[in-house]
Amino acid sequence: MAILPNLSFSKLKEGLSKTRGALFSKIGNVFSNKTIFIEDFSAQIEEILLESDFGVELTEKLLFAARKTFKDKNLNDFDDFITIIKNELLSELKLSSYPKLLKKNIAVPYVIILLGINGSGKTTTLGKLAHYYKTQNMKVIVGAADTFRAAANDQLKNWAVQANVEIVEGTMKDPSAVAFETVKLAVEQKFDIVLIDTAGRLHTNKNLMNELNKIQKVVSGLLTSAPHEVFLVIDGNSGQNAKIQALEFGNYLNLTGLIVTKLDGTAKGGAVIQIASNFKLPIKYIGIGEKIEDLEIFDPNNYIDALFSK
Amino acid sequence: MLDELTEKLERALKKITGQGKITESNISDTLREIRRVLLDADVNYKVAKQFIDNVKEKSLGKEVLTSVTPGQLITKILFDELKELLGRTGSELKLNPSGLTVIMLIGLQGCGKTTFSAKLAKYLKNKKRNVLLVAADVYRPAAIDQLKILGAQISVPVFSIDGSAEPVKISVEALKYAKENGLNTVIIDTAGRLHVDDDMMNEAAEIKSKVNPTETLFVVDSMTGQDAVNSAKAFHEKVDFDGVVLTKLDGDARGGSVLSIRAVVDRPVKFVSLGEKLDSIELFFPERMASRILGKGDVVSLVEKAQLQFDEKETEELEKKFKENRFDLDDFLKQIKMIKKMGSLKSLLAMIPGISSSMKNTDVDDKKLVVVESIIQSMTKDERRNPKILNGSRRKRIAKGSGNSIQDVNRLIKQFEQMHQMMKMLNKNSGKFSIPNIKNMRLN
Repeated sequence: MAILPNLSFSKLKEGLSKTRGALFSKIGNVFSNKTIFIEDFSAQIEEILLESDFGVELTEKLLFAARKTFKDKNLNDFDDFITIIKNELLSELKLSSYPKLLKKNIAVPYVIILLGINGSGKTTTLGKLAHYYKTQNMKVIVGAADTFRAAANDQLKNWAVQANVEIVEGTMKDPSAVAFETVKLAVEQKFDIVLIDTAGRLHTNKNLMNELNKIQKVVSGLLTSAPHEVFLVIDGNSGQNAKIQALEFGNYLNLTGLIVTKLDGTAKGGAVIQIASNFKLPIKYIGIGEKIEDLEIFDPNNYIDALFSK
Repeated sequence: MLDELTEKLERALKKITGQGKITESNISDTLREIRRVLLDADVNYKVAKQFIDNVKEKSLGKEVLTSVTPGQLITKILFDELKELLGRTGSELKLNPSGLTVIMLIGLQGCGKTTFSAKLAKYLKNKKRNVLLVAADVYRPAAIDQLKILGAQISVPVFSIDGSAEPVKISVEALKYAKENGLNTVIIDTAGRLHVDDDMMNEAAEIKSKVNPTETLFVVDSMTGQDAVNSAKAFHEKVDFDGVVLTKLDGDARGGSVLSIRAVVDRPVKFVSLGEKLDSIELFFPERMASRILGKGDVVSLVEKAQLQFDEKETEELEKKFKENRFDLDDFLKQIKMIKKMGSLKSLLAMIPGISSSMKNTDVDDKKLVVVESIIQSMTKDERRNPKILNGSRRKRIAKGSGNSIQDVNRLIKQFEQMHQMMKMLNKNSGKFSIPNIKNMRLN
């Protein structure tokens, strides 16, 4: 798989605009009646947003606001309409303009827990984060608290080796015991960053969700301020169910941010934008490939530009 | 949120109640709401549009019978159309009666291929096939170990070549191995790949051309959104597949992407997968899926089920008996059976739009119905008609016969007597009393 590091924005843009081309070529017709062309602009933007998993609710909200501004300002151009939509969207994502995590700004050890449903890409993301923080000259330790899925421990170990970071392996059967061990070690040996991987679980499974609570309790029992971050990892391919996932996971643990994975395909990740908007959560990172460096800090401006690039 | 949608749909439907024919203008609101329901279920935007056009075409000009409302009629057309599209062709897995059967699994990363391959292996092993699992995912760290562990759990051999980075070679060698070792069914678990990754797609196509699978199955996460059309189309064009497997259905995603896939590549769903336990694999039922896509608080299935299962005459008969206070344990049994025909009590509750969500979460114990049923069935005809004759020794016999405690029997009889008392009072107070009747549960 040929993924070029540092070129990911263009790649994201490429991915996002893949299905766009034909759509915009339709514009350019001259309209005589303003209402008709507002309708037409709306319809075209609606299609983009709905096909990008933004959902009916957010799409309608954005379009309603855009139409109003467009009319109030007495604008005529489709580009103006797009600009208004972009600004609306940007304001939904204002929390996501998040500063980089820097060593001098964080409590040490800084404990990060990753959660998500099965197959969302937690373990891969954790490997990438470990690598990322390591390259920021931070001392990183990872805890393999997915003691459930067959070979999950080996998978994380593999990433830990690649990233050259410490690992507490999930050889114990209890995930909270792994989390405990990891944080304890981090405190004793003065690690900067603790990353805890958890087993994928469906939000409908009460027992497994309660287990998350236990992990959090164990961690904060050891270090009152921890966990400092609880990231929900969401597949960029997700549809409308992702909102329910976020709601449910949020009921059990206090989420602090979102990570969107698999954005190197043609999926646009709009479901995650809905979550960011509904639950006032920042999107922190995006995953754009299978290599260890295929992780980026989420930039709302880049994302929005890519979404509407012609 | 689902309830909210159902309510909206109902409201839209209400507007056309009482109008004799379905016309463009009297269904536009309904169609809008249907569109919303489909989009919320992750049916692709274009697919939903096309689908609604079809429904509209089939509905226009339709005479609305007196017994159903226009809303019910459209909902029924919608439901039938969905069911038809989802189940158009057979969904049976092809298995060669003699010689080798090869099943190849393909899909995006994290859709559940490895877990499903082990489930399928177990399922086929139970069908007396000699199964070999093939670990052809050489990319994801520890994917091979994962399959080996799962294989060991179900006592199915797993073929892998340590250190090999050539999935094509592994697959070809695996076929040889199967033949030499008397194994007749090979399941190849390939790496997850993105449909825009040409190298990886070519690799999958090459594996396919080398092993010539009996079945190639495209595995899809039921939570997939709009992009399902793009990935399915690309996998179909570059690798081609015979069927679809829908995973993670134990969650609460409505799985509309399956309709999108059906619309763009027209391949049937062959299995659904619902959990991490290795026996949580099921065949696909189009009707069930259609209901799921339309939402849990689904009016359609209530209407459907009611029409099919509920004999109105029988209900009227019961109502009459109620009024005359001739309602006996036999009638009671009949009523329980009718309710049971319609599904679990919980699912029935969930289908009634007006019921609040807190109520839906109350645990309704269907087992209690079974207890009641078994007790009544252990009674003689005379006892059922005239519960007064139930003395101690009869009760003891019934308890023993039905496998319940004598307290259970006593409780039932007591409840029945209380019911009779209540009916007497109600009948005295008003002539209008009727038993809760499915006719009153209609949406309009």
